[in-house]
Amino acid sequence: MNLPFSNTDKQTDNELPVRIANVSRRGFLQGLGIAGAFVIAARWTPFASAEEAKYGADAMPNGWVDNPNVFISIDTDGNVTLINHRGEMGQGIRTSLIMVLADEMGADWSRVKAKQAEANEEKYGNQNTDGSRSMRHWFDPMRRAGAAARMMLEQAAADKWQVPVSQCRVRVHDVEHIPTGRVYEFAALAEDAAKLDVPARDKLVLKKPEEWRYIMRNPEGFPKKNKQQPLAVDGMDIVTGKALYAADVYWDNMLFAVIARPPSYGAKVASYDANATMKIPGVVKVIELPTASQPSAFEPLGGIAVLAENTWAAMKGRDALSIQWDTAAAGENGRYDSQAFRTLLEERAKESGEVLRSDGDLAAAKKAAKSSLSVNYYAPHMAQAPMEPMAAIVRIRGDKADVWTSVQNPQLARGGVAQRLGLKPENVTVECGLMGGGFGRKAKPDYVFEAADLSKAMGGRPVRVQWTRDDDLHHSYFHTVALEHMEGYLDDKGKVSGWLHRSLAPSISSVFAPGVVHLGGAEAAQGIRSMPFAIPAVQQESGAAEGHVRIGWFRSVYNIPHAFAVQSFVAELADKAGKEHKAFLLELLGPDREIDPRTFNENWNYGENPELYPIDVARCKGVLERATKEAGWGKKMPAGRGLGLAVHNSFASYCAVVIDAEVTKDGQVIIHRADIAIDCGPQVNPDRVRSQMEGACIMGTGIALMTEITARDGRIQQDNFHNYLVPRMPEAPREIHVHAVNNHLDVPPGGVGEPGLPPVAPAICNAIFAATGKRIRTLPVGDQLKAGA
Amino acid sequence: MISFTVNGQPQSVDVAADTPILWVLRDALHLTGTRFGCGMALCGACTVHMDGNPIRSCSTPVSMAEGKAITTIEAMQDDAIGQRVQQAWMDEAVAQCGYCQSGQIMSAVALLKSNPNPSDAEIDSMMSGNICRCGTYNRIRDAIHRAAETPVAQGDDSLFTEVRV
Repeated sequence: MNLPFSNTDKQTDNELPVRIANVSRRGFLQGLGIAGAFVIAARWTPFASAEEAKYGADAMPNGWVDNPNVFISIDTDGNVTLINHRGEMGQGIRTSLIMVLADEMGADWSRVKAKQAEANEEKYGNQNTDGSRSMRHWFDPMRRAGAAARMMLEQAAADKWQVPVSQCRVRVHDVEHIPTGRVYEFAALAEDAAKLDVPARDKLVLKKPEEWRYIMRNPEGFPKKNKQQPLAVDGMDIVTGKALYAADVYWDNMLFAVIARPPSYGAKVASYDANATMKIPGVVKVIELPTASQPSAFEPLGGIAVLAENTWAAMKGRDALSIQWDTAAAGENGRYDSQAFRTLLEERAKESGEVLRSDGDLAAAKKAAKSSLSVNYYAPHMAQAPMEPMAAIVRIRGDKADVWTSVQNPQLARGGVAQRLGLKPENVTVECGLMGGGFGRKAKPDYVFEAADLSKAMGGRPVRVQWTRDDDLHHSYFHTVALEHMEGYLDDKGKVSGWLHRSLAPSISSVFAPGVVHLGGAEAAQGIRSMPFAIPAVQQESGAAEGHVRIGWFRSVYNIPHAFAVQSFVAELADKAGKEHKAFLLELLGPDREIDPRTFNENWNYGENPELYPIDVARCKGVLERATKEAGWGKKMPAGRGLGLAVHNSFASYCAVVIDAEVTKDGQVIIHRADIAIDCGPQVNPDRVRSQMEGACIMGTGIALMTEITARDGRIQQDNFHNYLVPRMPEAPREIHVHAVNNHLDVPPGGVGEPGLPPVAPAICNAIFAATGKRIRTLPVGDQLKAGA
Repeated sequence: MISFTVNGQPQSVDVAADTPILWVLRDALHLTGTRFGCGMALCGACTVHMDGNPIRSCSTPVSMAEGKAITTIEAMQDDAIGQRVQQAWMDEAVAQCGYCQSGQIMSAVALLKSNPNPSDAEIDSMMSGNICRCGTYNRIRDAIHRAAETPVAQGDDSLFTEVRV
């Protein structure tokens, strides 16, 4: 069987660079437009030297770049092409950063084209899109790049008119000579502007916020309240099906590969029989891939790859393989049973762990306590399950390799491909399509490396590796599994005098270094050390927990189990103390103050300068007050229905959620309404802040109610969306009300993509308690509320 | 050879009869707007219309398409209801990552063709086969209501009217 690939040559591209939607590579001024000539003329200073680089973007590999040459070009017809170098996975950064550039330079949104950068951190600065960092780290550099371009266009106009530049100002896509009203369009100025030096950073005049036309506009969201919001750069391509993701590019002579990977982490191929596979029409080759030694980091898992002339033949060929696996090679992992592991963690939680943070005298608080509460919370593994399964194409041509994929960290993919193929990194081109969701999974480019290895095995022929949904669920870098042991001690006034949090969860570092069984600094920071409560005695510990599957990043990461435990436990303690939950929570938060996280032994702080990004208790309380006010906190609820509350600080932002949930007689949870208040500081693209919060409420609903990965005999038990449950439309909160507060520049930008998620599950569980009196200590809820459960 | 039409164009393909329509659209015809999400008719990302009815193309063998008319997301700009739905998707800024949205739109168009003014419950029922991991369900519901309330354009070429700022 040969599929007739000749029907169309759409998206067939034999010449690199590969194409990206919306980008015309023709029509630019050859070496004359801003794109070309800037590069020659610029006297641009790279970012601060390494020894000064400590926090934020300065601390990231390859730092930041604010050179307009790199990001801005003006076409002969006056259209402006703006480059986004961060990964787009639904968080809208392609629109948001381009809005910043366009606004500062004075470009008309309807004449702006977006272009996605290839992997090249030396040129663009850091491209690793995770940690909710893109706007935090790139708002200022993009403002400066845009402002520099604006000032150069003004200077070019002044030179042409032979007038002082102070008399010239950029309006929208043109420059006006104010005294005479003469106007030059950008197109007429690009060539001259390109010859000018880039203004020194300390000479840049940034727009005043009141001059912005796109940034921070339309705080009420799009488009219901007003229409002052640029359309998303990819919106049209998405609704017309033209948007290009990892699997949407076809290269001539390309082979399609699917891989049968070992069933347990570390298992190997013992033997295999591919005779039946080779009989399937379209199958070209079967290749055994080695299993990497553990810990395997970003290395592929190995297995048997089937390469075919089309995807379906490759899939059928894989089904026809007969493989004997050497599961003994996986050691303990080959026997991993997540239920037994939970029991093990519960046993270990009875013993002290490594101390993460210790304030005051917990033993004394314990001794003096009038009452106490000791409970365990459990949160399971999960798979990120982005709707787009992983895919990557690699081809090798002599000493060069080309990659088309969608990854959160393109530079890592580039370096890894170069290393394994023995090529220079500058000879490896990694172009990225849109990511059809990432949620942390696509920060690990193992799938790109699989394609590189297979292309190499095929003499450089283009090979696309296509992951299927069962591949994704069986071989994720899974969200950790967590047992959180909590003890609380109340004094005679019902105030919390002592607090113990002992966390047992495999570390992501277990995938990178042997013998890691405790939380790393960043992991312990996420909702444990950063806990801002004013409690006299606090002890936080990490207990031992081994990773038996690959552990990885999942949107908001360790904040998920930690916020679930802490915010559920606060509600339990309030109940124990006989106090109203919100009042109790406010009491715990204590007086308004800015906390230097280092005083908590928390030296990570999401990589941000603690002077600029302290933990601001007033902002915690601000979102708490806003969410409760909007939700009508305290109102009388019908029988079987309750309001639940949670607040959490993460990724330099603050978020509170109030859930209105009903538990039906047959144990179903209906979420009638979610009120989510977010304080991420300035909201560059307010509607995206809102949609990220809406999405967090829905993903958080899944985490609370249904989403779970389990393992038995070393194998993941979920195969597809019939037994890996994620929210569908009927299960989503009926109404989601986002309350985005503090949209001003008094504080630096916080994260947006992740901080909405952690408080959702505990707020739902607290609402279930309010509705039924039943306390959920194990995620997900599943059948726990059903009769007889 | 199996013959059918795709977006009005006759197509004949020489492929294994069990090849899902999804992979014929993508690998043979390079119509990549129809997405692969699960391969088991569980997520709806691959939804297309066959003789006007929504089907999951990842699990429908191409042999079943013999003599039938397949319609994909690429044809929705030329479809009166499709246009309204696409415009509503833009107006409500529905998409986040966008990957599931081809299938969501194809399901929504099929719904509106059979039920021009669906209730919330009817929308939920019809759309429950389409998963979105980004969490755009509430905006999808709003967009379907918006599309239902939009009068059919008469010779109107103002699709995707941009918001001028």
